[in-house]
Amino acid sequence: MIVVMPVRHKLLILDDDQDVLELYREMLAHLPSQPDVHTATSGARAIALLESEPFTLLLSDLKMPKMDGLQVLAIVRRKFPQLRTAVMTSVADEQFRARAYAMGVDLFVEKPSTGKEIIFFLDCIESLLGREVAGGFRGVQSKSLVDIIQLECLSQSSSVLKITNGLLEGKIWIQNGEAIDAAVEDLAGEAAFQKILSWKTGNFEILAAEPARKRTIFNSYQGLLLETAQALDEAQAAEGEALPGSEAAAEGKEPASSLAALARFHGVEFVLASRPGEKEKVDSWGLENPDQVANFVGQTLAGFRALSERLQVGQLSGLEGMGLQRHLAIASHEEAALCAGFRRSLTRNQVQETMKRIVAKWVS
Amino acid sequence: MGLLNIFAKPAEPSLMRLPSGSFTVDPTGRLITSTLPQAFAAGHVAEMAQAVLSAFRLAQEAQVPLTEITVNFSALKLTARELRGGAIIFLSPSALKQK
Repeated sequence: MIVVMPVRHKLLILDDDQDVLELYREMLAHLPSQPDVHTATSGARAIALLESEPFTLLLSDLKMPKMDGLQVLAIVRRKFPQLRTAVMTSVADEQFRARAYAMGVDLFVEKPSTGKEIIFFLDCIESLLGREVAGGFRGVQSKSLVDIIQLECLSQSSSVLKITNGLLEGKIWIQNGEAIDAAVEDLAGEAAFQKILSWKTGNFEILAAEPARKRTIFNSYQGLLLETAQALDEAQAAEGEALPGSEAAAEGKEPASSLAALARFHGVEFVLASRPGEKEKVDSWGLENPDQVANFVGQTLAGFRALSERLQVGQLSGLEGMGLQRHLAIASHEEAALCAGFRRSLTRNQVQETMKRIVAKWVS
Repeated sequence: MGLLNIFAKPAEPSLMRLPSGSFTVDPTGRLITSTLPQAFAAGHVAEMAQAVLSAFRLAQEAQVPLTEITVNFSALKLTARELRGGAIIFLSPSALKQK
């Protein structure tokens, strides 16, 4: 007989107040999953502990001397991307909540003060610890979205799948193993589901279920996946049909560069894809001086990324520039950067919307 | 009363708030005017000014001169307008989006 030992999660609590640490250690050690609770009274100590052994969850205070909670989280998110993080604070401030979530924390809770709040807090932590076992898709990019949906449905889960593809964000609501709703941009229901499944790459995140979500999809998940696969096959067969208004489409020409497909969007004058610091990785369309523009893109992104680290304002999601001759927008994905130039007749909103579509196509 | 002070918790350290407001800098990055709270570190203001001025300069060198730049961070929107070689920079912290 094989006995499978349950995984004992390791939890690290960070707070500058030793009394608070002891109190929470006592409470959290009695969670149903009986985690192995460690404590640290400073950010430096917490980071040293995280480096020495793997932890499942870091629970951090915000207000601390020397290195505050946001500074610790900024380092932790970069060095330990798989670590779940939660902020527990007495600072009831929307700005800090927004910044913490912008930095990728999984949970932001106020320090509980009543019995009811303590129970809620313990439930949240237990759920965070257990989510990894039940899901485990965080940051997993080797699985296709179809795999993830099938796994969620087969395990009769209830959750919300948040899928990010470049600047686009879609959600699929799963209730008791059935996909009940989906949303992306201005699409909803099955149309949104098909749109999301057409993305070839992306980041997945599993959020807590929303039982009150109104059902708009009544097809079974198997039926949905089958229909989507058929629609994708048809779309692939029709590939080569250009986007509306494209000159290349009208002439039936194949694009000369892989970036030419991105340049078919309305108002685009040039496109440049680069890996900052590596000149040989610059690819461009419609530019006479790609190296200079790549230098501008690389240095500007590096400068603003350093600023985001210093100010703890979360990820740099994009940059738009308006000029008298032309406008431009810059986006980054992993190490690569994409810059597109637009006719000056486009409005700021048009630049933003077109760039979203360009990035989605570029990423996939 | 002095005895009781032993048990008093020392003053809590403060977290840096992101300010909402604007400031102007000259072409060298020197602060000219500001509506930002004084508590916001001058070093951060200088770093923002340098990043913005550098972006305008590099864009000019790359022959894509810009008059306005909007930088979107997850928790902050920074808008900068070119101003006779310097810049006016607006900061607007973002609230959580409800979808």
